[in-house]
Amino acid sequence: MVRENVLKWTFGTLAYTSLLVLLAITVVLFQQGLPLFGRVNAWEFFTGIHWYPTHEEHPEYGILPIIIASLCTTAGAMLVCVPLGVGSALYLNEIASFRQRAFLKPVVELLASIPSIVFGFFGMVIVAPFVQKLLHIPVGLNLFTASLILGIMAIPTVCSLSEDALSFVPRSFREASYAVGANRWQTLTGVVFPAAGSGISTAVILGMSRAIGETMTVLMVAGNAAIIPKSIFDPVRPMTSTIAAEMGEAVIGSTHYHALFAIGLMLFVITFVFNIAAELISRRFRIKLGLGA
Amino acid sequence: MKRATLDQKIGFGLLYLSILLTLFFLGAIIYFIAVRGVGIISWQFLTETPRKAMTAGGVAPAIVGTFYLTIGAVLVALIPGIACAIYLCEYSPKGVAMNVIRVSINNLAGVPSVVFGLFGLSVFCKYMGFGVSILAGALTLGILILPGIISAAQEALLAVPQSLREASLALGATQWQTIRKIVLPAALPGILTGIILGVGRAAGETAPIMFTAATMYKRGYPTSIFSETMALPYHIYALMTEGTRPKEQTAIAYGCALILLVLVLLISAIAIYFRQKQRGASYGGR
Repeated sequence: MVRENVLKWTFGTLAYTSLLVLLAITVVLFQQGLPLFGRVNAWEFFTGIHWYPTHEEHPEYGILPIIIASLCTTAGAMLVCVPLGVGSALYLNEIASFRQRAFLKPVVELLASIPSIVFGFFGMVIVAPFVQKLLHIPVGLNLFTASLILGIMAIPTVCSLSEDALSFVPRSFREASYAVGANRWQTLTGVVFPAAGSGISTAVILGMSRAIGETMTVLMVAGNAAIIPKSIFDPVRPMTSTIAAEMGEAVIGSTHYHALFAIGLMLFVITFVFNIAAELISRRFRIKLGLGA
Repeated sequence: MKRATLDQKIGFGLLYLSILLTLFFLGAIIYFIAVRGVGIISWQFLTETPRKAMTAGGVAPAIVGTFYLTIGAVLVALIPGIACAIYLCEYSPKGVAMNVIRVSINNLAGVPSVVFGLFGLSVFCKYMGFGVSILAGALTLGILILPGIISAAQEALLAVPQSLREASLALGATQWQTIRKIVLPAALPGILTGIILGVGRAAGETAPIMFTAATMYKRGYPTSIFSETMALPYHIYALMTEGTRPKEQTAIAYGCALILLVLVLLISAIAIYFRQKQRGASYGGR
Protein backbone atom coordinates (compact mmCIF):
# COMPACT_ATOMS: atom_id res chain seq x y z
CA MET A 1 0.00 0.00 0.00
CA VAL A 2 2.88 2.32 0.84
CA ARG A 3 4.42 1.45 -2.50
CA GLU A 4 1.19 2.33 -4.31
CA ASN A 5 1.04 5.71 -2.63
CA VAL A 6 4.70 6.49 -3.27
CA LEU A 7 4.19 5.72 -6.96
CA LYS A 8 1.06 7.79 -7.20
CA TRP A 9 2.84 10.66 -5.50
CA THR A 10 5.81 10.32 -7.86
CA PHE A 11 3.63 10.40 -10.96
CA GLY A 12 1.66 13.29 -9.51
CA THR A 13 4.84 15.27 -8.96
CA LEU A 14 6.29 14.55 -12.38
CA ALA A 15 2.96 15.55 -13.92
CA TYR A 16 3.67 19.11 -12.85
CA THR A 17 6.89 19.27 -14.92
CA SER A 18 5.14 21.27 -17.65
CA LEU A 19 3.83 23.77 -15.14
CA LEU A 20 7.25 24.00 -13.52
CA VAL A 21 8.96 24.64 -16.86
CA LEU A 22 6.34 27.21 -17.84
CA LEU A 23 6.81 29.03 -14.53
CA ALA A 24 10.59 28.83 -14.87
CA ILE A 25 10.39 30.33 -18.37
CA THR A 26 8.22 33.15 -17.03
CA VAL A 27 10.59 33.85 -14.14
CA VAL A 28 13.68 33.81 -16.35
CA LEU A 29 12.15 36.14 -18.94
CA PHE A 30 11.03 38.62 -16.29
CA GLN A 31 14.28 38.41 -14.37
CA GLN A 32 16.42 38.94 -17.48
CA GLY A 33 14.04 41.26 -19.31
CA LEU A 34 12.92 43.69 -16.62
CA PRO A 35 16.39 45.11 -15.73
CA LEU A 36 16.22 46.79 -19.14
CA PHE A 37 13.65 49.27 -17.90
CA GLY A 38 16.04 50.51 -15.24
CA ARG A 39 18.34 51.61 -18.06
CA VAL A 40 15.98 52.42 -20.91
CA ASN A 41 12.73 54.33 -20.62
CA ALA A 42 9.85 51.90 -21.25
CA TRP A 43 8.01 54.42 -23.44
CA GLU A 44 11.10 54.94 -25.59
CA PHE A 45 11.59 51.19 -25.83
CA PHE A 46 8.10 50.48 -27.15
CA THR A 47 7.64 53.57 -29.32
CA GLY A 48 11.21 54.37 -30.44
CA ILE A 49 11.78 53.86 -34.13
CA HIS A 50 15.54 53.36 -34.05
CA TRP A 51 17.09 50.04 -33.14
CA TYR A 52 20.86 50.54 -32.93
CA PRO A 53 21.78 48.40 -29.92
CA THR A 54 25.45 48.10 -30.84
CA HIS A 55 26.13 51.75 -31.62
CA GLU A 56 29.21 52.70 -29.61
CA GLU A 57 28.31 56.20 -28.42
CA HIS A 58 24.55 56.43 -28.65
CA PRO A 59 22.94 53.01 -28.66
CA GLU A 60 19.19 53.24 -29.23
CA TYR A 61 16.62 50.66 -28.24
CA GLY A 62 13.37 51.45 -30.04
CA ILE A 63 11.45 48.30 -30.96
CA LEU A 64 8.45 49.81 -32.74
CA PRO A 65 9.74 48.79 -36.20
CA ILE A 66 10.33 45.30 -34.85
CA ILE A 67 6.82 45.03 -33.39
CA ILE A 68 5.31 46.36 -36.62
CA ALA A 69 7.35 43.84 -38.59
CA SER A 70 6.01 40.96 -36.48
CA LEU A 71 2.43 42.17 -36.83
CA CYS A 72 2.74 42.68 -40.60
CA THR A 73 4.38 39.34 -41.35
CA THR A 74 1.83 37.55 -39.17
CA ALA A 75 -1.10 39.36 -40.78
CA GLY A 76 0.30 38.58 -44.23
CA ALA A 77 0.79 34.94 -43.31
CA MET A 78 -2.83 34.78 -42.16
CA LEU A 79 -4.00 36.01 -45.57
CA VAL A 80 -2.29 32.98 -47.07
CA CYS A 81 -2.94 30.25 -44.51
CA VAL A 82 -6.51 30.97 -43.43
CA PRO A 83 -8.21 30.66 -46.83
CA LEU A 84 -6.01 27.79 -47.96
CA GLY A 85 -5.96 25.98 -44.61
CA VAL A 86 -9.68 26.28 -43.90
CA GLY A 87 -10.54 25.67 -47.57
CA SER A 88 -8.47 22.50 -47.58
CA ALA A 89 -10.09 21.37 -44.34
CA LEU A 90 -13.56 21.93 -45.82
CA TYR A 91 -12.52 20.00 -48.90
CA LEU A 92 -11.21 17.10 -46.83
CA ASN A 93 -14.27 17.01 -44.63
CA GLU A 94 -17.04 17.66 -47.15
CA ILE A 95 -16.00 16.77 -50.66
CA ALA A 96 -13.17 14.27 -50.51
CA SER A 97 -14.12 10.63 -50.92
CA PHE A 98 -13.30 8.29 -48.08
CA ARG A 99 -10.16 7.05 -49.83
CA GLN A 100 -9.00 10.55 -50.77
CA ARG A 101 -9.43 11.64 -47.19
CA ALA A 102 -7.64 8.61 -45.80
CA PHE A 103 -4.69 9.55 -48.01
CA LEU A 104 -4.71 13.37 -47.80
CA LYS A 105 -5.17 13.81 -44.07
CA PRO A 106 -1.95 11.98 -43.13
CA VAL A 107 -0.17 13.81 -45.96
CA VAL A 108 -1.16 17.17 -44.51
CA GLU A 109 -0.01 16.01 -41.06
CA LEU A 110 3.26 14.89 -42.60
CA LEU A 111 3.76 18.29 -44.21
CA ALA A 112 3.34 19.90 -40.79
CA SER A 113 6.54 18.17 -39.75
CA ILE A 114 8.77 19.86 -42.37
CA PRO A 115 11.31 21.81 -40.28
CA SER A 116 11.14 25.59 -40.41
CA ILE A 117 14.77 25.85 -41.47
CA VAL A 118 13.83 24.00 -44.67
CA PHE A 119 11.09 26.55 -45.36
CA GLY A 120 13.55 29.36 -44.69
CA PHE A 121 16.13 27.83 -46.98
CA PHE A 122 13.56 27.26 -49.72
CA GLY A 123 12.35 30.86 -49.38
CA MET A 124 15.87 32.18 -49.61
CA VAL A 125 17.14 30.19 -52.62
CA ILE A 126 13.97 29.68 -54.67
CA VAL A 127 11.11 32.02 -53.76
CA ALA A 128 13.02 35.26 -53.09
CA PRO A 129 14.90 35.30 -56.42
CA PHE A 130 11.67 34.34 -58.18
CA VAL A 131 9.68 37.14 -56.52
CA GLN A 132 12.46 39.62 -57.25
CA LYS A 133 12.57 38.76 -60.95
CA LEU A 134 8.81 38.52 -61.36
CA LEU A 135 8.02 41.89 -59.77
CA HIS A 136 11.20 43.75 -60.76
CA ILE A 137 11.98 44.82 -57.22
CA PRO A 138 15.42 45.50 -55.71
CA VAL A 139 15.32 42.79 -53.02
CA GLY A 140 13.48 39.50 -52.91
CA LEU A 141 14.00 39.06 -49.17
CA ASN A 142 11.17 41.20 -47.86
CA LEU A 143 7.89 41.40 -45.98
CA PHE A 144 5.92 39.92 -48.88
CA THR A 145 8.12 36.85 -49.33
CA ALA A 146 8.35 36.26 -45.57
CA SER A 147 4.56 36.42 -45.20
CA LEU A 148 4.09 34.05 -48.12
CA ILE A 149 6.49 31.42 -46.77
CA LEU A 150 5.23 31.83 -43.22
CA GLY A 151 1.67 31.42 -44.49
CA ILE A 152 2.47 28.27 -46.46
CA MET A 153 4.17 26.91 -43.38
CA ALA A 154 1.12 27.46 -41.18
CA ILE A 155 -1.35 25.85 -43.64
CA PRO A 156 -0.99 22.29 -42.27
CA THR A 157 -1.56 23.49 -38.68
CA VAL A 158 -4.69 25.47 -39.59
CA CYS A 159 -5.95 22.71 -41.87
CA SER A 160 -5.52 19.85 -39.38
CA LEU A 161 -7.12 21.74 -36.50
CA SER A 162 -10.02 23.02 -38.64
CA GLU A 163 -10.61 19.55 -39.95
CA ASP A 164 -10.83 18.26 -36.37
CA ALA A 165 -13.37 20.97 -35.56
CA LEU A 166 -15.46 20.10 -38.63
CA SER A 167 -15.44 16.40 -37.83
CA PHE A 168 -16.92 17.16 -34.39
CA VAL A 169 -20.09 18.59 -35.96
CA PRO A 170 -22.76 15.94 -35.34
CA ARG A 171 -24.11 14.11 -38.35
CA SER A 172 -27.66 14.99 -37.32
CA PHE A 173 -26.98 18.71 -38.06
CA ARG A 174 -26.28 17.86 -41.68
CA GLU A 175 -29.15 15.44 -42.00
CA ALA A 176 -31.61 17.99 -40.64
CA SER A 177 -30.39 20.50 -43.21
CA TYR A 178 -30.65 18.06 -46.13
CA ALA A 179 -34.12 17.10 -44.92
CA VAL A 180 -35.42 20.63 -45.37
CA GLY A 181 -34.10 20.65 -48.93
CA ALA A 182 -30.77 22.45 -48.65
CA ASN A 183 -28.06 21.29 -51.04
CA ARG A 184 -24.53 20.38 -49.89
CA TRP A 185 -23.09 23.86 -50.33
CA GLN A 186 -25.99 25.51 -48.48
CA THR A 187 -25.61 22.98 -45.68
CA LEU A 188 -21.89 23.64 -45.54
CA THR A 189 -22.16 27.43 -45.40
CA GLY A 190 -25.39 27.63 -43.43
CA VAL A 191 -25.06 24.82 -40.90
CA VAL A 192 -21.72 23.00 -40.71
CA PHE A 193 -19.40 26.01 -40.95
CA PRO A 194 -21.24 28.09 -38.30
CA ALA A 195 -21.42 25.07 -36.00
CA ALA A 196 -17.66 24.52 -36.33
CA GLY A 197 -16.98 28.26 -36.37
CA SER A 198 -15.44 28.64 -32.95
CA GLY A 199 -13.42 25.47 -33.43
CA ILE A 200 -12.11 26.93 -36.67
CA SER A 201 -11.31 30.24 -34.99
CA THR A 202 -9.28 28.28 -32.44
CA ALA A 203 -7.36 26.82 -35.37
CA VAL A 204 -6.79 30.30 -36.79
CA ILE A 205 -5.57 31.67 -33.46
CA LEU A 206 -3.16 28.77 -33.01
CA GLY A 207 -1.95 29.32 -36.58
CA MET A 208 -1.36 32.98 -35.71
CA SER A 209 0.49 32.02 -32.57
CA ARG A 210 2.68 29.71 -34.62
CA ALA A 211 3.34 32.40 -37.25
CA ILE A 212 4.30 35.14 -34.80
CA GLY A 213 6.63 32.82 -32.90
CA GLU A 214 8.26 31.36 -35.97
CA THR A 215 11.94 32.17 -36.09
CA MET A 216 14.11 30.59 -38.76
CA THR A 217 11.86 31.38 -41.70
CA VAL A 218 11.66 35.11 -41.02
CA LEU A 219 15.31 35.23 -39.99
CA MET A 220 16.31 33.96 -43.41
CA VAL A 221 13.62 35.46 -45.62
CA ALA A 222 12.40 38.77 -44.16
CA GLY A 223 15.50 40.76 -45.12
CA ASN A 224 16.58 41.73 -41.61
CA ALA A 225 16.28 45.52 -41.70
CA ALA A 226 14.87 47.07 -38.52
CA ILE A 227 12.93 49.80 -40.28
CA ILE A 228 9.22 50.56 -40.44
CA PRO A 229 8.14 49.12 -43.81
CA LYS A 230 6.61 51.62 -46.25
CA SER A 231 5.52 48.98 -48.72
CA ILE A 232 5.05 45.23 -48.59
CA PHE A 233 8.24 44.86 -50.60
CA ASP A 234 10.45 46.43 -47.93
CA PRO A 235 12.77 44.24 -45.87
CA VAL A 236 11.73 43.90 -42.22
CA ARG A 237 12.97 42.32 -39.02
CA PRO A 238 10.40 40.71 -36.70
CA MET A 239 10.85 40.06 -32.97
CA THR A 240 11.92 36.44 -33.29
CA SER A 241 14.63 37.07 -35.84
CA THR A 242 15.99 40.03 -33.86
CA ILE A 243 16.54 37.73 -30.88
CA ALA A 244 17.98 34.93 -32.98
CA ALA A 245 20.29 37.16 -34.99
CA GLU A 246 21.69 39.20 -32.11
CA MET A 247 21.74 36.92 -29.06
CA GLY A 248 24.97 35.33 -30.18
CA GLU A 249 26.92 38.57 -30.03
CA ALA A 250 25.17 40.37 -27.16
CA VAL A 251 27.42 40.67 -24.10
CA ILE A 252 25.84 38.97 -21.10
CA GLY A 253 24.39 41.50 -18.68
CA SER A 254 24.61 44.36 -21.19
CA THR A 255 21.64 46.57 -21.99
CA HIS A 256 21.46 44.87 -25.38
CA TYR A 257 21.24 41.44 -23.71
CA HIS A 258 18.39 42.53 -21.45
CA ALA A 259 16.64 44.25 -24.35
CA LEU A 260 16.61 40.96 -26.28
CA PHE A 261 15.12 39.19 -23.26
CA ALA A 262 12.52 41.95 -23.00
CA ILE A 263 11.56 41.24 -26.63
CA GLY A 264 11.42 37.54 -25.73
CA LEU A 265 9.17 38.37 -22.79
CA MET A 266 6.84 40.31 -25.05
CA LEU A 267 6.72 37.46 -27.53
CA PHE A 268 5.98 35.03 -24.71
CA VAL A 269 3.15 37.19 -23.39
CA ILE A 270 1.60 37.56 -26.86
CA THR A 271 1.65 33.83 -27.60
CA PHE A 272 0.43 33.09 -24.06
CA VAL A 273 -2.61 35.33 -24.62
CA PHE A 274 -3.29 33.66 -27.98
CA ASN A 275 -3.10 30.21 -26.42
CA ILE A 276 -5.38 31.07 -23.53
CA ALA A 277 -7.87 32.62 -25.97
CA ALA A 278 -7.77 29.47 -28.10
CA GLU A 279 -8.27 27.35 -24.97
CA LEU A 280 -11.31 29.35 -23.84
CA ILE A 281 -12.93 29.37 -27.28
CA SER A 282 -12.41 25.66 -27.79
CA ARG A 283 -13.92 24.90 -24.38
CA ARG A 284 -17.05 26.87 -25.32
CA PHE A 285 -17.12 25.11 -28.67
CA ARG A 286 -17.11 21.68 -27.05
CA ILE A 287 -19.90 22.65 -24.68
CA LYS A 288 -21.95 24.08 -27.54
CA LEU A 289 -21.80 20.84 -29.47
CA GLY A 290 -22.60 18.86 -26.36
CA LEU A 291 -19.19 17.20 -26.14
CA GLY A 292 -18.53 18.19 -22.52
CA ALA A 293 -15.78 20.52 -21.35
CA MET B 1 -29.08 26.04 -63.92
CA LYS B 2 -30.62 26.80 -60.57
CA ARG B 3 -28.92 29.51 -58.51
CA ALA B 4 -28.22 27.17 -55.59
CA THR B 5 -26.66 24.58 -57.84
CA LEU B 6 -24.45 27.19 -59.46
CA ASP B 7 -23.34 28.46 -56.04
CA GLN B 8 -22.45 24.93 -55.07
CA LYS B 9 -20.41 24.43 -58.22
CA ILE B 10 -18.44 27.62 -57.63
CA GLY B 11 -18.01 26.96 -53.92
CA PHE B 12 -16.79 23.41 -54.38
CA GLY B 13 -14.50 24.63 -57.13
CA LEU B 14 -12.87 27.09 -54.73
CA LEU B 15 -12.39 24.43 -52.08
CA TYR B 16 -10.86 22.14 -54.67
CA LEU B 17 -8.54 24.95 -55.69
CA SER B 18 -7.40 25.52 -52.11
CA ILE B 19 -6.39 21.92 -51.51
CA LEU B 20 -4.62 21.87 -54.88
CA LEU B 21 -2.68 25.05 -54.03
CA THR B 22 -1.75 23.67 -50.62
CA LEU B 23 -0.42 20.47 -52.12
CA PHE B 24 1.31 22.42 -54.90
CA PHE B 25 3.19 24.73 -52.51
CA LEU B 26 4.29 21.99 -50.19
CA GLY B 27 5.07 19.67 -53.07
CA ALA B 28 7.22 22.38 -54.67
CA ILE B 29 9.40 22.60 -51.56
CA ILE B 30 10.04 18.89 -51.51
CA TYR B 31 10.56 18.78 -55.29
CA PHE B 32 13.11 21.59 -55.50
CA ILE B 33 15.13 20.41 -52.53
CA ALA B 34 15.09 16.80 -53.73
CA VAL B 35 16.09 17.66 -57.30
CA ARG B 36 18.87 20.06 -56.41
CA GLY B 37 20.10 18.22 -53.35
CA VAL B 38 20.30 14.72 -54.71
CA GLY B 39 23.41 15.38 -56.81
CA ILE B 40 25.25 16.71 -53.78
CA ILE B 41 24.79 13.68 -51.61
CA SER B 42 27.42 11.02 -51.85
CA TRP B 43 29.03 8.57 -49.48
CA GLN B 44 31.81 11.11 -48.84
CA PHE B 45 29.27 13.84 -48.11
CA LEU B 46 27.65 11.70 -45.45
CA THR B 47 30.81 10.38 -43.82
CA GLU B 48 33.51 13.05 -44.08
CA THR B 49 34.20 16.17 -42.06
CA PRO B 50 33.97 19.62 -43.71
CA ARG B 51 37.07 20.95 -45.48
CA LYS B 52 38.25 24.33 -46.78
CA ALA B 53 36.13 26.42 -44.38
CA MET B 54 32.89 24.55 -45.08
CA THR B 55 33.12 24.85 -48.88
CA ALA B 56 34.06 21.24 -49.50
CA GLY B 57 34.00 17.83 -47.87
CA GLY B 58 31.14 16.28 -45.97
CA VAL B 59 28.78 17.06 -43.14
CA ALA B 60 29.18 13.97 -40.96
CA PRO B 61 29.79 15.92 -37.72
CA ALA B 62 26.50 17.76 -38.23
CA ILE B 63 24.63 14.49 -38.76
CA VAL B 64 26.22 12.98 -35.67
CA GLY B 65 25.50 16.14 -33.67
CA THR B 66 21.84 16.11 -34.64
CA PHE B 67 21.69 12.44 -33.68
CA TYR B 68 23.13 13.12 -30.19
CA LEU B 69 20.89 16.15 -29.59
CA THR B 70 17.79 14.25 -30.64
CA ILE B 71 18.51 11.18 -28.52
CA GLY B 72 19.32 13.46 -25.59
CA ALA B 73 16.08 15.39 -26.01
CA VAL B 74 14.04 12.18 -26.00
CA LEU B 75 15.83 10.92 -22.88
CA VAL B 76 15.02 14.21 -21.14
CA ALA B 77 11.33 14.24 -22.08
CA LEU B 78 10.60 10.53 -21.82
CA ILE B 79 10.11 9.98 -18.08
CA PRO B 80 8.28 13.19 -17.13
CA GLY B 81 6.20 12.91 -20.31
CA ILE B 82 4.96 9.38 -19.73
CA ALA B 83 4.59 9.92 -15.97
CA CYS B 84 2.42 12.97 -16.60
CA ALA B 85 0.22 11.06 -19.04
CA ILE B 86 -0.13 8.14 -16.60
CA TYR B 87 -1.08 10.51 -13.82
CA LEU B 88 -3.69 12.31 -15.92
CA CYS B 89 -5.25 9.18 -17.40
CA GLU B 90 -4.89 6.55 -14.69
CA TYR B 91 -5.04 8.44 -11.43
CA SER B 92 -7.46 11.06 -12.84
CA PRO B 93 -6.81 13.93 -10.43
CA LYS B 94 -9.63 16.23 -9.33
CA GLY B 95 -10.85 19.14 -11.45
CA VAL B 96 -8.47 21.95 -10.53
CA ALA B 97 -5.23 19.93 -10.63
CA MET B 98 -6.30 18.40 -13.93
CA ASN B 99 -7.06 21.79 -15.47
CA VAL B 100 -3.86 23.39 -14.22
CA ILE B 101 -1.75 20.60 -15.70
CA ARG B 102 -3.68 20.56 -18.97
CA VAL B 103 -3.53 24.32 -19.45
CA SER B 104 0.19 24.38 -18.73
CA ILE B 105 0.82 21.59 -21.25
CA ASN B 106 -1.14 23.48 -23.92
CA ASN B 107 0.67 26.71 -23.19
CA LEU B 108 4.08 25.11 -23.13
CA ALA B 109 3.27 23.66 -26.55
CA GLY B 110 2.63 27.20 -27.81
CA VAL B 111 5.81 28.85 -26.54
CA PRO B 112 7.88 30.07 -29.53
CA SER B 113 10.99 28.00 -30.13
CA VAL B 114 13.30 31.01 -29.86
CA VAL B 115 12.00 31.63 -26.32
CA PHE B 116 13.05 28.09 -25.44
CA GLY B 117 16.45 29.10 -26.75
CA LEU B 118 16.57 32.12 -24.42
CA PHE B 119 15.49 29.96 -21.51
CA GLY B 120 18.07 27.30 -22.26
CA LEU B 121 20.78 29.92 -22.60
CA SER B 122 20.15 31.52 -19.24
CA VAL B 123 19.28 28.40 -17.23
CA PHE B 124 21.25 25.49 -18.70
CA CYS B 125 24.21 27.31 -20.23
CA LYS B 126 24.73 30.07 -17.67
CA TYR B 127 22.98 29.30 -14.39
CA MET B 128 23.76 25.58 -14.31
CA GLY B 129 27.09 26.19 -15.99
CA PHE B 130 26.83 23.64 -18.79
CA GLY B 131 27.97 26.23 -21.32
CA VAL B 132 27.24 25.84 -25.01
CA SER B 133 27.04 22.07 -25.06
CA ILE B 134 25.15 19.00 -26.23
CA LEU B 135 23.77 18.66 -22.71
CA ALA B 136 22.30 22.19 -22.67
CA GLY B 137 20.89 21.73 -26.18
CA ALA B 138 19.36 18.34 -25.37
CA LEU B 139 17.71 19.72 -22.21
CA THR B 140 16.30 22.67 -24.17
CA LEU B 141 14.98 20.43 -26.96
CA GLY B 142 13.68 17.99 -24.35
CA ILE B 143 11.36 20.53 -22.74
CA LEU B 144 10.33 21.65 -26.21
CA ILE B 145 9.07 18.18 -27.19
CA LEU B 146 7.63 17.38 -23.74
CA PRO B 147 4.04 18.57 -24.49
CA GLY B 148 3.91 16.50 -27.68
CA ILE B 149 5.09 13.36 -25.90
CA ILE B 150 2.51 13.88 -23.13
CA SER B 151 -0.35 14.32 -25.62
CA ALA B 152 0.62 11.24 -27.60
CA ALA B 153 1.01 9.11 -24.47
CA GLN B 154 -2.34 10.38 -23.19
CA GLU B 155 -4.04 9.46 -26.44
CA ALA B 156 -2.48 6.00 -26.27
CA LEU B 157 -3.59 5.44 -22.68
CA LEU B 158 -7.12 6.65 -23.34
CA ALA B 159 -7.42 4.18 -26.20
CA VAL B 160 -6.92 1.24 -23.83
CA PRO B 161 -10.43 -0.11 -23.12
CA GLN B 162 -11.71 0.52 -19.62
CA SER B 163 -12.79 -3.13 -19.36
CA LEU B 164 -9.14 -4.28 -19.33
CA ARG B 165 -8.46 -2.16 -16.24
CA GLU B 166 -11.65 -3.32 -14.53
CA ALA B 167 -10.86 -6.96 -15.21
CA SER B 168 -7.41 -6.56 -13.73
CA LEU B 169 -8.63 -4.72 -10.65
CA ALA B 170 -11.38 -7.29 -10.17
CA LEU B 171 -8.75 -10.04 -10.00
CA GLY B 172 -7.26 -8.23 -7.06
CA ALA B 173 -4.36 -6.46 -8.80
CA THR B 174 -3.38 -3.14 -7.32
CA GLN B 175 -3.56 0.00 -9.42
CA TRP B 176 0.17 0.02 -10.13
CA GLN B 177 0.13 -3.65 -11.08
CA THR B 178 -2.74 -2.89 -13.44
CA ILE B 179 -0.87 0.02 -15.01
CA ARG B 180 2.40 -1.85 -15.38
CA LYS B 181 1.13 -5.24 -16.52
CA ILE B 182 -2.04 -4.33 -18.40
CA VAL B 183 -2.35 -0.69 -19.41
CA LEU B 184 1.24 0.19 -20.37
CA PRO B 185 1.81 -2.87 -22.59
CA ALA B 186 -1.46 -2.17 -24.39
CA ALA B 187 -0.57 1.52 -24.83
CA LEU B 188 3.07 0.95 -25.71
CA PRO B 189 2.77 1.18 -29.52
CA GLY B 190 0.92 4.49 -29.21
CA ILE B 191 3.48 5.87 -26.78
CA LEU B 192 6.31 4.83 -29.11
CA THR B 193 4.58 6.63 -31.97
CA GLY B 194 4.55 9.81 -29.89
CA ILE B 195 8.22 9.42 -29.11
CA ILE B 196 9.05 8.97 -32.79
CA LEU B 197 7.12 12.16 -33.63
CA GLY B 198 9.11 13.91 -30.90
CA VAL B 199 12.34 12.70 -32.51
CA GLY B 200 11.25 14.21 -35.81
CA ARG B 201 10.44 17.51 -34.18
CA ALA B 202 13.67 17.70 -32.19
CA ALA B 203 15.81 16.84 -35.21
CA GLY B 204 14.52 19.77 -37.23
CA GLU B 205 14.49 22.56 -34.65
CA THR B 206 17.07 25.28 -35.08
CA ALA B 207 16.26 28.28 -32.90
CA PRO B 208 16.47 26.44 -29.54
CA ILE B 209 19.98 25.15 -30.24
CA MET B 210 21.39 28.30 -31.84
CA PHE B 211 22.72 29.68 -28.58
CA THR B 212 22.67 26.57 -26.44
CA ALA B 213 24.47 23.83 -28.37
CA ALA B 214 25.30 24.55 -31.97
CA THR B 215 28.48 25.81 -33.47
CA MET B 216 29.08 26.72 -37.05
CA TYR B 217 32.26 24.86 -37.64
CA LYS B 218 34.01 22.12 -35.77
CA ARG B 219 36.90 20.14 -37.09
CA GLY B 220 35.95 16.84 -35.56
CA TYR B 221 33.19 15.05 -33.75
CA PRO B 222 31.91 16.07 -30.31
CA THR B 223 33.88 14.28 -27.59
CA SER B 224 31.57 14.59 -24.58
CA ILE B 225 28.16 15.88 -23.61
CA PHE B 226 29.85 19.09 -22.53
CA SER B 227 31.29 19.89 -25.95
CA GLU B 228 29.54 22.08 -28.47
CA THR B 229 28.50 20.43 -31.68
CA MET B 230 27.55 20.97 -35.28
CA ALA B 231 23.93 20.17 -36.14
CA LEU B 232 22.20 19.76 -39.50
CA PRO B 233 19.56 22.50 -39.20
CA TYR B 234 21.98 25.04 -37.80
CA HIS B 235 24.55 24.10 -40.41
CA ILE B 236 22.10 25.06 -43.18
CA TYR B 237 21.60 28.45 -41.55
CA ALA B 238 25.32 29.01 -41.08
CA LEU B 239 26.09 28.04 -44.67
CA MET B 240 23.52 30.52 -45.99
CA THR B 241 24.46 33.47 -43.81
CA GLU B 242 28.19 33.23 -43.07
CA GLY B 243 31.27 32.67 -45.14
CA THR B 244 32.54 34.08 -48.40
CA ARG B 245 31.81 31.40 -51.00
CA PRO B 246 28.03 31.51 -51.43
CA LYS B 247 27.97 29.23 -54.46
CA GLU B 248 29.77 26.27 -52.91
CA GLN B 249 28.05 26.83 -49.59
CA THR B 250 24.57 26.88 -51.11
CA ALA B 251 25.29 23.57 -52.81
CA ILE B 252 26.27 22.01 -49.50
CA ALA B 253 23.20 23.58 -47.87
CA TYR B 254 21.00 21.85 -50.47
CA GLY B 255 22.59 18.57 -49.50
CA CYS B 256 22.00 19.22 -45.79
CA ALA B 257 18.42 20.33 -46.39
CA LEU B 258 17.70 17.16 -48.34
CA ILE B 259 19.19 14.94 -45.64
CA LEU B 260 17.18 16.75 -42.98
CA LEU B 261 13.98 16.68 -45.02
CA VAL B 262 14.27 12.97 -45.81
CA LEU B 263 15.15 12.20 -42.20
CA VAL B 264 12.25 14.14 -40.72
CA LEU B 265 9.66 13.09 -43.30
CA LEU B 266 10.69 9.46 -42.99
CA ILE B 267 10.54 9.51 -39.19
CA SER B 268 7.17 11.29 -39.19
CA ALA B 269 5.76 9.08 -41.94
CA ILE B 270 6.55 5.99 -39.88
CA ALA B 271 4.91 7.52 -36.82
CA ILE B 272 1.84 8.78 -38.67
CA TYR B 273 1.41 5.43 -40.43
CA PHE B 274 1.43 3.54 -37.14
CA ARG B 275 -0.85 6.06 -35.48
CA GLN B 276 -3.32 5.78 -38.33
CA LYS B 277 -3.28 2.01 -37.98
CA GLN B 278 -3.78 2.15 -34.22
CA ARG B 279 -6.59 4.66 -34.48
CA GLY B 280 -8.30 2.49 -37.04
CA ALA B 281 -7.93 -0.54 -34.81
CA SER B 282 -9.19 1.14 -31.67
CA TYR B 283 -12.19 2.69 -33.44
CA GLY B 284 -13.01 -0.65 -34.97
CA GLY B 285 -12.96 -2.33 -31.58
CA ARG B 286 -15.44 0.05 -30.04
